[in-house]
Amino acid sequence: MFDITAFFPRAVAQGIPLLFGSTGETLTEKAGNLNLGIPGIMYVGGISGVIGSFLYEQNTSNFSPFLAVMIPFLASLLGSLLMGLIYSFLTISLRANQNVTGLAMTTFGVGIGNFFGGSLIKLTGAEVPNISLSATSICFRKHLPFADKLGVFGNMFLKYGFLAYLAIAIALYVSYFLNRTQTGLHLRAVGENPSTADAAGINVSRYKYTATCLGSMIAGLGGLYYVMDYANGIWSNDGFGDRGWLAIALVIFTVWKPTLGIVSSILFGGLYILYLYIPSGMNLSLKELYKMIPYVFTVVVLVFSSIKNKRENQPPESLGLSFFREDR
Amino acid sequence: MDRKNRSPRFHIERRASLPWHKSLAVRLLSILAAFIVCALLTMIITGVNPVDFISTMFYGSFGTPRKMWITAQNVAVLLCISLAVTPSFLMKFWNEGADGQILMGCLASSACMIKLSDKMPNWLLIVVMFLTSVAAGTLWAIIPAFFKAQFNTNETLFTLMLNYIATQIVAYFIVKWEVPKGSGQIGIINQSTETGWFPQLFGNKYILSILTAAIMTAFIYSYIRYSKHGYELTVVGESTRTARYIGIDVKRVIVRTMALSGAMAGAVGFLLVSGINHTLTTTITGGQGFTAVMVSWLAQFNPIAMIATSFLIIFLERGAIEISSAFTLNQSFSAILTGIILFFLIGSEFFVSYRIRRSANTETGKEPDKNV
Repeated sequence: MFDITAFFPRAVAQGIPLLFGSTGETLTEKAGNLNLGIPGIMYVGGISGVIGSFLYEQNTSNFSPFLAVMIPFLASLLGSLLMGLIYSFLTISLRANQNVTGLAMTTFGVGIGNFFGGSLIKLTGAEVPNISLSATSICFRKHLPFADKLGVFGNMFLKYGFLAYLAIAIALYVSYFLNRTQTGLHLRAVGENPSTADAAGINVSRYKYTATCLGSMIAGLGGLYYVMDYANGIWSNDGFGDRGWLAIALVIFTVWKPTLGIVSSILFGGLYILYLYIPSGMNLSLKELYKMIPYVFTVVVLVFSSIKNKRENQPPESLGLSFFREDR
Repeated sequence: MDRKNRSPRFHIERRASLPWHKSLAVRLLSILAAFIVCALLTMIITGVNPVDFISTMFYGSFGTPRKMWITAQNVAVLLCISLAVTPSFLMKFWNEGADGQILMGCLASSACMIKLSDKMPNWLLIVVMFLTSVAAGTLWAIIPAFFKAQFNTNETLFTLMLNYIATQIVAYFIVKWEVPKGSGQIGIINQSTETGWFPQLFGNKYILSILTAAIMTAFIYSYIRYSKHGYELTVVGESTRTARYIGIDVKRVIVRTMALSGAMAGAVGFLLVSGINHTLTTTITGGQGFTAVMVSWLAQFNPIAMIATSFLIIFLERGAIEISSAFTLNQSFSAILTGIILFFLIGSEFFVSYRIRRSANTETGKEPDKNV
């Protein structure tokens, strides 16, 4: 029997990393930067949190839940900020090709994640068999105390760790920021037509830098959520998988609207684990075919949205192009 | 408010052109700088001194004759993949789907090896394997090209998603054909009979890839430089409006060029299965489709320069793997070093196309410092 009350929380848990990633990427793309490094940045966000938390758990004698959350949280933000700065410096200051820079960032970021994931114990000389941050993970997964008493509603909507609600709050705020504030308007102007924005006195580089770095930090939290909340604090190499690419696909799927991202990321999260729920009997090979559902779905959506080709659903006009004031 | 009135002390201007030896010097300098950073990083992490770092790097690629052959083979394969994606990039079609196209080629080859090995003579089987691989790769490339041409569907994401779809299709067949049952892998196909294995050329199993790469390089070079097709796809890449104006059928060029890219990727799939690995795994391409994007771009889409850039990447990779095994580090260390070098190379392009000048007295405009 298909049980929606059991399925929905799992879909949400799968969807939250995608939501962080796609919100971050939306903000970045609105400034005209196509950051294909998001998959790598999310790895770095995750591993930075792990490193912070690992060092804290190893070196502390009295464990404080507050620090256990704050240290990985800040470490994750710092790690993804550094990645964002590398990308921004190369593409904005040095006007490098965004596609190539993004792919290099992904190679680099996934490498960082797997390297430190595999070597952290050796490098720090700790005497533990594997990285398992269960104490920290429990702090990350704390939910409201009365959620258990609220039956189905509590189970479906109130039993997530604080990062899940933070993801939704950030998505709502980014949407408000882009559509309802002066700064957001300026940011969109930079993404649509930087020359015009420049002529209107907007500092194009500063907007692009800020948006890209903030976008990376938001995306990096997706990696943190994955390892601390979803994976119970256990880092496994390549465990995060291809979710970063799905997050980028979500940006197109949601036509650059973070509020739509909330629903769609849960939908994608559901598609991601749907294969576990489709009965395939003893035929194990069919399961492999079902795993392609989210990708096929993305392709279908890409095709249909391009066929419809509505004016208001277009990407920012100068997406992927670098801006040089003296080019006319 | 005096911030607004202050005129900037430096400004950036586009260079008219840089003589080739200077632009080469800029790139070599950036590689050197990247090596210094990598050596320092390795020193911090492992405590190894820079001399050992460099010698271990070289040992990884050239330490023994066998290592040298493997290096040459890896360079050849990466070069082939980079050549395969190049026509589409020249057309500004961001084809990130080489991995998927190769995988489909591999799948076709393996399917023939498993299903047809007792139905036809060996030479015919190899021909059939080659043709089906090329067809499979072509098909996998034409799908996104068709939608790009008709509806301007985003090709970057489309080709990316096709990679994962191809991976799952291959995973499906691996479970179907697994030997022994339940192992989740196929193992070496036709190990005893060697049916469908491409015969060794000149008694050396590494020559085949190198020869393929040489043929492909010559072919792509002349295709882009001298053929009408090559001219048309370059014009489409520069400006679709110009292309339409001079009477080029843009849609046809997009599909035709991607078909060529896919066909070559499929041929690489054949090379991997029939010539090198004799097995099928979901990770048989090792993500080289992405690496090829960077190899091709770093070479400015010039097939001859790609020999150098793919060599550079393989040299780094093998060197870094040698370092990680020598110091019992995780293999992903190589991805970090590759990433750093790529950042430097990508950044150095700025100093090839732009220069920074002092605004006040322009005649003292000296060469910018190389601090990428």
